[in-house]
Amino acid sequence: MGDTLHARPTETERRMAQPVYVGLDMGASRTKVAVINRQGVLLGHTVRKSGIDFGVTAALCLDSALEMADANQKDIADAVATGYGRNNVAFVTEKTKTEIGCHAKGCHHSFAGELTIIDIGGQDNKIIKLDAEGRRDSFKMNRKCAAGTGAFLEEMSSRLDIPLEEMNNLARQATEMIKLGSYCTVFSATEVLENIRHGKPVADIIKGIFYSMIQRVLEMDSLTEKVVLCGGVVAHNPYMVEMTEELIGRPVLLPEFPQLTGAIGAALYAREESNKR
Amino acid sequence: MAQEKQPQRKKIEATGQMMKIMSDYFYDLNDATKATDRKVAWCTSVGPAELLRAMGFAVHFPENHAAMLGATRMATELIPEANTIGYSPDICSYLTADIGAYLKGVSPLAKAYPGIEAPPRPDVLVYNTNQCRDVQDWFAWYAKELDVPCIGITSPKNFTDVSDILIDDVTRQIEALIPTLEEIAGQKLDEQKLRDTVALSRECTELWRQVLESAASTPAPLSFFDATIHMGPAVVLRGTQQAIDYYKLLLSELQQRVTDGVGAVDNEKHRIYWEGMPVWGRLRQHSELFAELQASVLVSTYCSSWVFPDFDVEQPIRSMAKAYLGLFIVRSDTYKEQYIKEMLKKFKIDGIIYHDAKTCPCNSNSRYGMPQRLEKETGIPSLVISGDLNDLRCVSDEQTRTNVEAFIEQLEER
Repeated sequence: MGDTLHARPTETERRMAQPVYVGLDMGASRTKVAVINRQGVLLGHTVRKSGIDFGVTAALCLDSALEMADANQKDIADAVATGYGRNNVAFVTEKTKTEIGCHAKGCHHSFAGELTIIDIGGQDNKIIKLDAEGRRDSFKMNRKCAAGTGAFLEEMSSRLDIPLEEMNNLARQATEMIKLGSYCTVFSATEVLENIRHGKPVADIIKGIFYSMIQRVLEMDSLTEKVVLCGGVVAHNPYMVEMTEELIGRPVLLPEFPQLTGAIGAALYAREESNKR
Repeated sequence: MAQEKQPQRKKIEATGQMMKIMSDYFYDLNDATKATDRKVAWCTSVGPAELLRAMGFAVHFPENHAAMLGATRMATELIPEANTIGYSPDICSYLTADIGAYLKGVSPLAKAYPGIEAPPRPDVLVYNTNQCRDVQDWFAWYAKELDVPCIGITSPKNFTDVSDILIDDVTRQIEALIPTLEEIAGQKLDEQKLRDTVALSRECTELWRQVLESAASTPAPLSFFDATIHMGPAVVLRGTQQAIDYYKLLLSELQQRVTDGVGAVDNEKHRIYWEGMPVWGRLRQHSELFAELQASVLVSTYCSSWVFPDFDVEQPIRSMAKAYLGLFIVRSDTYKEQYIKEMLKKFKIDGIIYHDAKTCPCNSNSRYGMPQRLEKETGIPSLVISGDLNDLRCVSDEQTRTNVEAFIEQLEER
């Protein structure tokens, strides 16, 4: 457990912000940048679609996060990149860590004790287990399959012709849940279409889609007592967090910025790197 | 992971000699096809090769050919050819790649060895299902296609101890092959020749064991990726003097590396056990990936599978049965876990990587809880990576890289 992560730095903290440490999480779907100060306080952050040019997206995100932190490029004491495109941002940093390491670091910064971290990302999902000191005991990534990932949700959103951002509220309006039996995205899409054909309410189908995603992730590994949920999917679909709590029978821990845990972890690594010098 | 410098891939000097004896082997096979006085047998890699050699057959190993299809990255384009005639993409990608190559009329042998167009046409196909059922299905297809006899051993499976009952069974099955083979070979089995062949196999596999065990030194002079290449003679030339001479040469080079403290990987920091098949089409990339991370993948179940301490000249056929039953792949998880635990200790292993090969369930030992059990018992962390031996459509390079890097990060935190 590190120092407390504040979402909104005070004016004093802003003035103390230099030097800053930057974490860039170049995800397959979204790019996230976090800027922290020496005390580990989050000063600035950005999230954007990664698009097809990781370099351009990273530069835009970095400028925006630095601006929010009242800092300039020259204030960057160190930076670490993570995520799918971690090797595509050499103009910022050549230092990289895996997203598994960064999510672990980011979550341990916010929550003490043994943790099971569930990250549901756009391209993949992970279950990471940490001991009480924040060391990784084990981790698992999804098999080469979209089940339980944001990609699955995107595909379903497209099949239903419902914008991604409306899925959460619709799921919450469900009166029942239509369970999907398959873990294959294509088969699931067929099931969804079949249910539409049979006149089932869309909200019930979407709740079933959420349930299917959570089930696929929970099937990957056993859980320890404290469970942290993070990643873009839960950040934008808080109802999925509630459903997870219901499924596992206890509350889960949610970071203040679930989508930023990887970027914050990378920034914390950057701070460690800087301290080594 | 920061990549400060590209690691050096250390070349094994004996490689040239290995290439020569492999080349001689393939040309001899090709000559045997044309010669009127020679017969060709196809044999599964832990089939009764000793018997076949003793009876004068030139022996072709389709698994070796399939691995070449994988290593040359020809397999992925050929597998669909077999899929279209009803062989599922979910079954052995050695089978589908090899049959696909036949259907398409291509072979890596033709590219590597001018004058050879294809694998030799068989006079008989001889399998042992100790590896899996797929080898039997594979040979059955060729038997029909080429109208040649297909005979073999149906092996017991999933046993812990190699008991006398099992040895009796397989001994009788091997003996039952002899009349058919004598008829095809046009000669009687010469028992002295069989003893001589078994003696040569025994010596070959003993040397191969010493080669592999050189990696118990720190730093390890040999990597798993090297071993997958240098195991060629142990697979296809078992029972010949050439294989023995080669492994003496290789062993001497590796012993010199041990003396000089030279490792297969620069600045070896982590010692890794590889459980499962290699990804043939990614040998180089995987070798470089681990070397970048100063991790030496130095021992594997797979390469150690061609060590047969049970060959005995006094009881040639019975000892063949015992050796073929002793194979790791055909044993129970109880035996496998004990075996791996001993290997972890002997080779001073820091972490295990299980390759879950999509099309090879028998060589994917991560599917029945073994990683969890072994990790609990030994405290040695493990990682499962999804992939395949030959079908690169089942391989995600990015996921593999992220998983491996994260695993090494995890080891560094310990």
